[in-house]
Parts: sequence; structure tokens; C-alpha cells
Amino acid sequence: MEILVCVKRVPDTAENEFELNSDGNDLDRDDLVYSVNEWDNYAVEEAIQIVDKVGGSVTVVTVGDDEAEEVLRREMAMGANNGVLLADDAFEGSDGKGIATILKAEIEKGSYDLILTGAQADEGAGQVGGMLAAMLDYPYASLVNKIEVDGDAKIKVGREIEGGNQEMNEIELPCVLSIQTGINEPRYVGIRGIRKVAKVEIPEKDAGALGIDASAVGEAGAKTKRVDYFVPDMGDGAEMLEGSTDEIIEQLIEKLKAKGGL
Amino acid sequence: MSSIIGPASYQLFGFFPTIILSFLLPVIGVGLFTYIMARRIAPLVRANPDYRFDNIPQRIINLFLVWLAQIRQPRYMLAGVLHIVIFAGFLVLSIRSTTLVIVGLSDGFVLPGFDGALGAVYNFFKDYAATGVLIACLVAAVRRGVIKPARYAVPEKYGKDHTAEAIFVLGVISTLMISEALFEASELAYVLRETGHDHFVAPLSITWMFKAMLGTTSLDTLQGIHVAAYYIHDVAFFFFLCFLPMGKHFHVITSIFNVFFMRVKKGNIKPVMHGVSEEDLDELESFGTKKLEDFTWKHMLDFYSCADCGRCSDQCPANAVGRPLSPRFITIKARDLIFKNYPMTGEIYNSPNLLVEDIYTEDEIWSCTTCGACEEECPLGIEYIDKMVDLRRGMVDEGMVPQSLQKPLKALEKRGNPYGKMEKKRADWAKDKEFKAEHSVKVLGKKETAETLYFVDSITSYDDNIQDIAKRTAIILEKAGVDYGVLGKEEKDSGNEVLRFGEEMLYQSLKEDNTEAILASGVKEIVTADPHAYNALKNDYQGLPPVKHISQVVTEKVKSGDLVLTSCKEPGKVFFYHDPCYLGRHNGLYEDPREALDAIDNLTRVEIEKSRDRSFCCGGGGLMLFYEPEEETRMGVLRVNMAAEAGATVIVTACPFCLVNMQDAIKVAGKEGEMEAMDFTQLIEQHLA
Amino acid sequence: MTQIFAYIPHKNGAAEDVALEYPEAAKKIDAGASVTAVVTGSGADLDKVAGDMAKIYSEVIKVDNAALAYPNAEVVRKALTAILPANAIVLVAHDTFGMDLAPGLSVKLDSAYAADAIDFEGVDGDALKLVRQELGGAVSTHVTTDISAGAVITIRPGAFAPVDGGSASGTITDKSGDAGDLAAKRTFIEVVEAEVGDVDITKSDVLVSIGRGIEDEDNIEIAQELADAMGAVVSCSRPIVDAKWLEKSRQVGTSGQTVKPKVYMAMGISGSFQHMGGVKGNPFIVAVNKNPKAPIFQVADVGIVEDILDFMPELQEAIEDL
Repeated sequence: MEILVCVKRVPDTAENEFELNSDGNDLDRDDLVYSVNEWDNYAVEEAIQIVDKVGGSVTVVTVGDDEAEEVLRREMAMGANNGVLLADDAFEGSDGKGIATILKAEIEKGSYDLILTGAQADEGAGQVGGMLAAMLDYPYASLVNKIEVDGDAKIKVGREIEGGNQEMNEIELPCVLSIQTGINEPRYVGIRGIRKVAKVEIPEKDAGALGIDASAVGEAGAKTKRVDYFVPDMGDGAEMLEGSTDEIIEQLIEKLKAKGGL
Repeated sequence: MSSIIGPASYQLFGFFPTIILSFLLPVIGVGLFTYIMARRIAPLVRANPDYRFDNIPQRIINLFLVWLAQIRQPRYMLAGVLHIVIFAGFLVLSIRSTTLVIVGLSDGFVLPGFDGALGAVYNFFKDYAATGVLIACLVAAVRRGVIKPARYAVPEKYGKDHTAEAIFVLGVISTLMISEALFEASELAYVLRETGHDHFVAPLSITWMFKAMLGTTSLDTLQGIHVAAYYIHDVAFFFFLCFLPMGKHFHVITSIFNVFFMRVKKGNIKPVMHGVSEEDLDELESFGTKKLEDFTWKHMLDFYSCADCGRCSDQCPANAVGRPLSPRFITIKARDLIFKNYPMTGEIYNSPNLLVEDIYTEDEIWSCTTCGACEEECPLGIEYIDKMVDLRRGMVDEGMVPQSLQKPLKALEKRGNPYGKMEKKRADWAKDKEFKAEHSVKVLGKKETAETLYFVDSITSYDDNIQDIAKRTAIILEKAGVDYGVLGKEEKDSGNEVLRFGEEMLYQSLKEDNTEAILASGVKEIVTADPHAYNALKNDYQGLPPVKHISQVVTEKVKSGDLVLTSCKEPGKVFFYHDPCYLGRHNGLYEDPREALDAIDNLTRVEIEKSRDRSFCCGGGGLMLFYEPEEETRMGVLRVNMAAEAGATVIVTACPFCLVNMQDAIKVAGKEGEMEAMDFTQLIEQHLA
Repeated sequence: MTQIFAYIPHKNGAAEDVALEYPEAAKKIDAGASVTAVVTGSGADLDKVAGDMAKIYSEVIKVDNAALAYPNAEVVRKALTAILPANAIVLVAHDTFGMDLAPGLSVKLDSAYAADAIDFEGVDGDALKLVRQELGGAVSTHVTTDISAGAVITIRPGAFAPVDGGSASGTITDKSGDAGDLAAKRTFIEVVEAEVGDVDITKSDVLVSIGRGIEDEDNIEIAQELADAMGAVVSCSRPIVDAKWLEKSRQVGTSGQTVKPKVYMAMGISGSFQHMGGVKGNPFIVAVNKNPKAPIFQVADVGIVEDILDFMPELQEAIEDL
């Protein structure tokens, strides 16, 4: 099975304490560290496991600048066979549709049975997979937490839905799936693994190579744009109990009694 | 008047010269033994290299102390004494056994020089040696077969019980002793009957007893016993020789080599591959021990040498809390695999599976805290930590790392600490308002320099609770008049656990960064309050200024009068010093912290048996705090209970990880209010005059 | 006039809570907009929901088709693409169904897309300004989206104030005939229900709910002891289940259980919306967290900045001494 996994380089939420810059309209990016989006990492692991079972190859692709190459290498160190970097100044500022348009162009140049994305990334929109599927007219399933490959034409996928339940679907190939965390246990990639693939050639394609009209993507083509970052007004947050622990507990117990907690 | 006919001249049934047997048995025995040994050496030849020819004087000392003098044996008194008796007996009797083989070819043969007084003296001791060995075998057999000490038990998951083999071998040894004694006693009884000449025999030895028992036996019977005993001994001797390499009694042969080649340096970890420099590591195809042949030859020799005594597992804290690890079976499972893959006849089998799929489990290998209790105890110098690290290196290389460890490892890669905190906040502990009002800590770099570097390490830098250790260390250094500073954001995790968890390349990069920063700071000396950092900087890094633990500094400065300690602020309390593994066992620092504590007047301190080199691990530090093992209880809880039993109310430790684990354990053990845990620096700072 | 369509998710003949929240969201987009509820489904369940919606919305569109009996996003997308007018503004709940449906719908409608809005700040020209969160709720952002050619916008359930059940009598238009071909390449098979654990957290009036702040599996005992003292049950957030420290059936959140206790003790829980999405019925929320900036303090009634590992045993003792 030929599998393409779309990945993204994002600020590492686990390792960063996010702060706004002095103007208060963007993140303070000086001390951020970046890594591959956590959901994408599960998607790549899943792709590798499928290929280990039924054969084929895994290609990882990302839209980004030169620095994004780092996440492709990390995923290739995991076991992805190929990497493709889609980079062009014209891609900057793309909204979800812009990214999906760029990915679609690359997908149409190859022949993939299965396209995986992470269920969401740093922006938390969870949009690119569904858009990509609609653009390609492929079937789509989001929040996938189980994949059973038992034929060439169709696969079974489980989706994580409310209440911790799992919705099982049959889906025709080729299709697009967005992968939820917990579907597997991604393998570890150390510095050594990355160094091993350090010299592997990663093709880089720009708008021209992909045959994309530069005005349809990037800032120019974006209908949805981020204006600024801000820390919301705490407003009517919690009533903060203060004092010594004993005093706090005393106040809390009174409140709990009143609310039926005791 | 006749004399007894020796085996070299005896004719069985009147026509069969037994000398043929005397010739054939050694030829077959030695031939078979040579073949067996050749098969056994095969895996060692295919194993990875190991460098064990350094420090020859130390190795010779080890040979005398650990092998010949058996100094580790009496740590388990009864078993140890029994072993010493059997071992010493074997050494004495080896001369007699060799002589006996030749006696079968030439009646009355004596070794050159043994025909006079030396021979008489030797015979005297030899008889007692045989008697001692026999008695030791009987006691040992009762112990193994009837009393059955718990540490010999084989849990179901690890295979079948080993008692039968143990008893069988004790039986063979007893047979050797009895037949040798009968061979001699029958001749002496014969001589006494025929000539009335009563040879002196060591009183109460088994030869003496047999001689007395045979006093009325007919000459024919004595002749029969004499020859029969000889051949029983001969057969048993060569059988035993060839049987040794088949199981745990291989140690009789391998121990001398194993002890000679045992670890001589402490606290360090073997290189990924002997003979491959750190710069060339990238060229290695594979890392660590994945298959059997990835072990070094010394590690294979360890497997051959294990006597199955169970002391390692008896001391192992992971085993004690029910983690899926028992060091004894790390060895035994590997030995069984060698025996299976390298059979006595036929093809050598190359298993396609990884060891962690085949004989070990991933959890088993991650369960080790690298505390070193097993290695400290092994009477044969078998080592475990390097094997664990090599197995982990293999798992890391295959991507087999538990999710709970992946996050801290990634954070270490990106941020230089396992918590993923920002580098620039590494020295924020020194910015605490109250602390800053009275103390200032230099951050070494372009502007600031100092004589001494205080290496803080990650947990002490970032953990809210443990940052107090940093503050107190700073106060102590200040009070002692030490000109010190810290590296601030230039400091990275020391990597002690990164190395020991098998992430070699990450460790290398941490080491490079720290080494560069430390050398650039121009300090003359490094001090740390974290034994894990102490160990890494001292034993794993190269080319750094001397490293001291804060307890060494305190003791030194108290002796020199630069630090004065008051008398105990809480004289009603009973203090117990818990030896951190990386201070004690791995670095031999047992006395400095104790001396510092004892420098506080009126401080009541208790000691227990499980102290110093038998200290019991708190649960492990560094990355071990992130690993979630399957266990029945916590190591810390067992440790707290040991301290409580000794009547202690305060557990003083000298390691931030021990403190975390002990504080937790006191809560879990339900001893809050009764007991407390405190860091060494806290106690000292409280008592600064 | 802006035309806003609200897609109504429903189950077993009852609309999800978000159905009451769309009107407030629509009002914040454009106070003068007309809001039409769109319900797809089949048979009596559909009629029931459409009827309920007519009490809230003045206009209700229903699409009845056997293929819509179970909400398969691909089928629903086809139906909506067929019946919605050009330039429509479509509101969809940002839940597991909405995430399946909405991005593709925006492509098929060739309109703008904005995800997981938690607030709207009105329309300026063609630009609708909305508020959303990034990086797991660590930061908020303002986003503009060009609605001139319509838009699909998902809103976060619970983010907008619900309207009363209402008693209006809206008109129900049946557009089943316009839905067109509903054949799909994805077929629904079944829902595998989550395993029921030993404890039913949805039945308890008081929950002691633990998050990352519990730090270690062994510390769960501390929470259990507090729960015992309070006559409560221990529930948790997703990381605890991911770490396999507690069963899935104990997890509160959009990917876990929905609970409606009287008192919710959030212990060391940061308070992501996915987690709080599982806390319904407006309970009294007590939040204890080491981090004074934890988002949980925005939604809690009472906040305490303490380490739960120290705080819980003390609270337990105090309660036992009562």
C-alpha cells in the first residue's frame, strides 16, 4: 500500500511555556522549540505499521520552510521511506484551504492508496484532512483510532466519538484519514536515527513545480487569517481562596457544605 | 605375606588388566573435556570485543582476594563458610586427584618432592580437606534439599527448579571424597592386617574412620574395595570434569578467569563498542546488545560463571518490590540460550529474534535502577549494569522506548532537561526573593569567574521542592568561604541516566555541551550536591577539573575549621543516613557524609546492616522517575520501613532523587508525622554556627 | 441580510445542547441575521427534533432520508451541499461529528472556513472577526474570515450562552426532495460502546477528578482517599487514561464520559475545553492547581493555588475531623 502522511512542524506544546511578545500580539518565539505535531507522529507510526504488515511504502510530506525539513528527517528516521518538502515563499500565510490545495497538487503527482494526517495540529482546527479529501473527492474519516487493512479496495476504520465510544466504518480506497493520538505507541527516534538519514536527499518542490497558481494559496488566497494573539481577560474567573492551607481548607469546607459536596 | 595390588597391576577376574581402564578413562575424559570446552568457547569467539587487560596489578589483587581468599563469601555466613570449605578442599585435593590419575598407571606413584615430610604433611591436610568437603556437602545438601532457603527458589516464569542439579553435584563431590578415602583406607587397613604396621592417619578424618571400619574386613574384600574405589573415583573425576561445563558448576573452571577479568573501575559504563572511539560511533551499523553475540566475551563468560547462588537477586531492589527483574535470571536465561544455540553437536543456531523478544522482556530491562547492589554482592565478579545499558542501547536503537520515557528524552534533546523547562530559567532558583535578599550566586560566563563550579543539575534546578537543595548548597559554600558560581543556562543535564538508559548519542551531546561550558568557565574544581551528576562528571566525562560531592566539602571544611557546626537542634530525634547508590557503591563515598553528621554534637545516629555497600536503592533517579514500572510496592517504602525498624525518625540522604523518593515513601507508608526525610544540605545548613 | 444556517446534531430523537447555543452565536455574528435550523435524519426521530427546533428557530429545514438515519458525515455533506443556498453561513458544532463534516463542506460550498470559534466580534465589511484558541488553549487568537462567498464555521459547544427551550412556532420546510444522490464511499458499520468500568462516574453527585498534577500512578490512592472521605468517586482527564493509570470509563471529556455532578473537584487538571466539554449541568467547580495561570481557574467557581499532592491529604483529614 502506498501511503502519504502529511506532517507539520509546530511549537512543542509539551516543552514550551507560551508567552506573548512585548507588543502582546504574537508569541514570544525566541525561546520556542519546535517538533513534529504529536498527532502526525501517530499517523506516521500507523503508516509504518501498515506497510510492515502488507508491504508498500510511506512518504512524508510537509508544507513549510527549510526548517521544516527537520521534521521530515525525524519521521524518516522512524521508518518513512521518502520525504517531500513543499516550500515556496508564496505558500506563506496559507489558511487551511491553501495548505490543502498545495498538498492536493503533490498528491495528484503520485499514486497513493491512503493519505493520513494528524487529527489536528497547533492551531487546533483539524481542517486540512477533511478539505483535502473533499478536494480530491476521496472519502474521509476524522479522529481515526483504529485501522484494519484486509483488502485492496476497502479498509475498516474506527473513529473516536463522544462518550469514549468507537464508530466503525468501512471506507473505500483511496481515502484520507485523520489520525487520533493513542491509536498506537510511536517508536522512539533518537539523535542517532536522525543522523542516519541526515544525508538522504529530500526533494523540494515550489509552486511552479507543483503547478499551483500562487495567488490561490498563501496570504493572497487566504480567506481566514489570524489577526493577533492575546491572553484573554480572566474576567469572571474563579474566586481564588487565599491564606494558609488551614484557612483555605476551612473556607472550602464551608462552600462544599453549602453546595452539597459533603 | 602379600601387599595390596594397585590399579596399575590389578587383573580383573584374573585376566583383564585394569591399567587399560586407567589409561582409557583419562584419555576419553580429557578428550571429551577438550571437545566440550572447544564448543563452549565458540560463542566467546563470536562475541563482541572487550578490553580486560588493563590494571593488571589490581586484577591480580582481585584474584587473591575475591577468588583465592573468597572475601565476598562470608557476606552470606553459612553458605559462604560452606563454600570456602569446599573451595579450599578442592584446591588442596587437586594435587591428590592429579596424582591419583597417574597412580592408575604406575602403582605407588608420588609427585616429585612428596615422598618425604612434605608428602606426610600434605596427606594430613588432604584427609581433613576431604573430610571438610564431605561434611560441607552434607550440610549443603540438607540446606538445599530440606531447609530450602528462599533465594534459591525459581519462580515459574523463569523455568524449572534447580535443586536436583545442586543435590546431584553435591552427590558427585561426596562420591569423590568417599572413594578417595576408601582407596587409601583400604590399603592402610590391608597393610595393618598383613604387616601390623599402623600408618599414621589424621585422626577423625574420613580416611581414619574408614580405616577403623575396615579393621576386620577380609583381605580379598579390601583388595576389591581398593580397586573399585579407585575406578569409582576415576570415573567420577572425569565425569565431573566433563559435567562442569554443562551447567552452573562451570564456575569451578571459569571463576578464576572471571574474577581476573572482572570490573576494576567503578561508576563508569562500557563504551558502545570497545575499540570504537566516540567520534566514530556514527559508523557503527547497530548499537547495543540486540542478539546473543552482541554481548562481549566477558559478558558471555559471566553467563558461564554464574553459580546460581541468588545473592544478586536477593540484594536487588527491583526484585524485592516485585518488578519483573531478577538479575540471577538475566544470567541464567542467557546461559540457557547459549546452551541452546550452541549445542554440543550440530549446527550453531542464529536466532532471528531480538533478546528482548526471545528471552527477556522490555520491562525487565527497563526495571533496573543501576544501583549496583547485584555486582557488589556477586562472589564471582559477574556484572550487570553494563549489560543492562547495552540491552537498552539496543532497544533505543530499535525505537523500543516506553512512551513515558520518550517525552523526557525528547525534552532533554531540545531543552537539556527532562522537564522541558526553558534553558534560561535554569538558575531561577537563585532569584527567589527571600534567598536573593541575603545571598547572591554568580553565573559564570564572560564577566564572572570563580575557583569552584557548583554543578546543580536538572532536578535541583527546576523542581520546586528540590530547589531548596540548591539554595542550601549555595549557603554552605558561601559560609565555607568557597569562591563559587554556577553555569546557569549553559548547564545541561549531566546525562548520568541518559547514558544508563541507553540513549548514547543524546548523552554524548549533553556531555559535549557541559564539557565545553565547564572548561570555558575556567574553574579549578567542581562541586555538586547531586550524586548522579557527581558520578557522571567524575566517571563518565573526561578531562574535567576534580569533582567533589558537597559532603566531602563539608567534612573537609569542618576539619579545617572553616565551617563550624552547632550542636544538634533536635537532640530527641534519631537520624539515619541513607547511602545514595551513586555516592556509596559507585564511588565509595561512605564516610564523608557520616563524619559530617557526627560533627554535629549530640546527634543520635543509627546504622543498620543494609548500609554502605549494602544500601537499598530508594527507587532510582533521573529518568527512572519517569518510568512506570509494574511493581507491588515501592523501593522507598521498603527502605523507610528498614529505617523505622532501626528506630530512626529522620532519614538523611545526600541525593535529590533519594529525597523525592523517601518523602513520597513516607506518605505511602503512612508514616507522615512519625518520620521525615531530609537532605544532607538541609541538616548541615540548619546547624551552621 | 445575512442568512445563517445552524446544523442541528441529534441522537435518539433529542437535539444536542449546542442547538440552544447557535442562536447566541448567530446573534454575535450579526444581530440582524435570520437563523435557520437544519436537521437531517430519518423518520420519527427526525420529526421529533424538527418539531423541537421549531420552538426555538423561526425557520427549520428538515431532510428525511433513510441514508441519513445515522449521521455519516459524507452523506450529510452531500445533502447539505444540495439544499443550502449560495453564500450561506453555516454553523456546525465543533464536536467529533462536526470535525468530520465541516472542513469538507466548506470545500464543496466553496466558502470560507473557520474552526472552533469561542466568540464572535461582529462583521466588518466582508470580514467576520472571531475568537479561537491555539496550542491546546495556551493562547487565544483573533481571526478574520471573509464571508462574502459564505462560510462554514464550527463553534465550540458550551462556549455560547444557551437560549431557553422556547415556545415559538417556526415553520418546518421539508427539503428531502432536494437532497439528491446520497450514495457514499464510506459506510457506517456500528458503534462499539466503551467498556463499562467498575464505577459509573456519571451517577455520582461529587467527583474528585484528577489530571496531570497527580504525577504518578501510585498517587491516585491519595485522590481515592479524599473521594472516600467525601463520599465521592474518582474521575480523571485524558492524560491519566492515556497513561493507563485509570480505565477509560473514568475519563471526563468530549472523548470520554459526560458527567453532571453537583460538585466537581478538579485536582491538578489544567482545564482544556475537551475536558470541560464533558462537565455539564453547571456544577460547583473547585479547582486546585499549582499553576496560577491554569485555564481551569477561568471556569471554576473556586480556585486554590496549591500542590494537590499536599492539599488533598490535608483536606481529607479536615473532612474526616468534621
